[in-house]
Amino acid sequence: MATPKQSSKKTVLITGAAGSLAKRVIARLQGRYNVIAVDFRRKVETDAGIPSYLVELHKRGFEDIFAEHKIDAVIHIGRMFAHEKDRMQRYNANVLGSKRLLDLARKYKVGQVIIHSTYMVYGASAYNPALLDEEAPLKAGEVTQDLVDSVEVESLANIYLWKHPELNITILRPCNVLGPGVRNTMSILLARPLVPVLVGFSPMMQFLHVEDMAEAMVLAFEKNKPGIYNVAPDDYVPYQQAVTECGCRKLPIPSIPPMLPRTISSALNWNAFFPPYMVSYFKYPVILDGKLFRETFGWKPKRNLNDIFSYYRKQKLVAKAAK
Amino acid sequence: MLSFGKLDLKEKALAHLVTPEIEHLVASIPKPVGSFGYDPWGYNEERFKVALGAAKWLYDKYFRVTVHGLENIPKSGRVLIIGNHSGQLPMDGVLVGVAAATNPDGPRLARAMIERFFPTVPWLGNYLNALGGVIGDPANCSKMLEMEEAIIVFPEGVRGSGKLYKKRYQLQRFGNGFMHLAMNHKTPIVPVGIVGCEETMPALLNLAPVAKLLGLPYLPLVPSLMPLPARVYLNFGKPMHFSSCANESEAMERVEEVKAELRLLIDQGLQERTSLY
Repeated sequence: MATPKQSSKKTVLITGAAGSLAKRVIARLQGRYNVIAVDFRRKVETDAGIPSYLVELHKRGFEDIFAEHKIDAVIHIGRMFAHEKDRMQRYNANVLGSKRLLDLARKYKVGQVIIHSTYMVYGASAYNPALLDEEAPLKAGEVTQDLVDSVEVESLANIYLWKHPELNITILRPCNVLGPGVRNTMSILLARPLVPVLVGFSPMMQFLHVEDMAEAMVLAFEKNKPGIYNVAPDDYVPYQQAVTECGCRKLPIPSIPPMLPRTISSALNWNAFFPPYMVSYFKYPVILDGKLFRETFGWKPKRNLNDIFSYYRKQKLVAKAAK
Repeated sequence: MLSFGKLDLKEKALAHLVTPEIEHLVASIPKPVGSFGYDPWGYNEERFKVALGAAKWLYDKYFRVTVHGLENIPKSGRVLIIGNHSGQLPMDGVLVGVAAATNPDGPRLARAMIERFFPTVPWLGNYLNALGGVIGDPANCSKMLEMEEAIIVFPEGVRGSGKLYKKRYQLQRFGNGFMHLAMNHKTPIVPVGIVGCEETMPALLNLAPVAKLLGLPYLPLVPSLMPLPARVYLNFGKPMHFSSCANESEAMERVEEVKAELRLLIDQGLQERTSLY
């Protein structure tokens, strides 16, 4: 592949750069683009030639980055998880931070913005049809207050998507992303030896390897076809089987009355891996139709479910052997 | 060691239900599944085999089903199987499902639409999904038809299954949803007249207030809680094709065409029946 000259290289700003997904995206873009890494958690150690900033998106310092560099594209991956800070701080970081990012993108004439959303915006409900299209209503807010920020980030991005077509906004809604280094709720959960399951409920789920998700983000950036896309494979497995395949033992939690599992989760402070607001996602399915993304971008995950689960299985065997 | 014996028993029971014939039938059903044997709605081949084994016994030995016109179900490709609903419990859906799955002309997985409250019931919701049941959301039907699946629809819904014995074999009001699905997705309709299921659970009275209190669609007063062993007759009609139409009243006319065909097929079944049980 011909590498463009230093001067003609596009500059890409990546948020959430300390995370496992962003790191993989950076690794793929490095060399072909000028990459700028941003994270609110810590200053990311980067290779030579990649400027790295510790900054919160809704704070002042963020604009300086735009003033200093001529940024052509933003890949907005960084999101504060529910277990990291309280609801107010999370709202500020995620919603106000994203709004500021979009405003700055306009002000400094950024030509492309990729937003990393989540399948959770659809909400887990007993009445969900399977294979949700991108047009399906976002009902997560109805189920829990704790996901309101995810839904609001989406509606914000949507407003900018039609009001400011020059921003070329692409919103990606991936299913569960797993793999080495991933620190989302599902990954923390499946890395544990003993995992809660709701008695009598085993919803269908979709899983994606973090490498495949990184590939999808890079494709979305390079092909630049603005819009909203589900990112998911056409393979499905019930939650409880995924738990077993990852080498976890099941901890059955009574599912009736419906309030009980939520109460157990808050009483035992399971925020990091089985938070009360996510209980419905372990009860009812949210299955995405990923056809639009697969066909528009010619993308297909390279790793199957077994490849994904075997990492968690091996991790446990290694831990056992070390004892 | 104790559990060893239990496992042995379970395996024997499974071998009894999942005969080589069932294995062969399920293997020849044109139904793609993922790497763990599941489809997006939770259908699972392994669990379907076991249930089909049990339901086949009911079909052959308990309800002694007589079936005509199985050749009308296409071997592959999208199809809506439309039947008259009766018998309080959805035994008619099960029997049509068995007829389609054991069709010598080409077995099909015919998916049943289940009531919306089932997914909230522990075990039962997941279990019905594993057997191919799906909540009757039009979005589900559209996706399944686009994936060339076979769907069983009872357009009368609970109006049909919950009706009293004195109204047997009278078609209740049909919803038009199935007709719109057929037109929008260019799907043939195969009507099936079902005779005998009315007699499996004749309801004398509907305890509507109690049903409402329990959140059930109806609660019949019946002579037996077990479905009675009535003989069942299934008559599948020729596929009906409908092109799209301009308005709802035209759609209604087309629904009436299907109802007329169903009445003929029901009459056919009633005529060939020589004894109820």
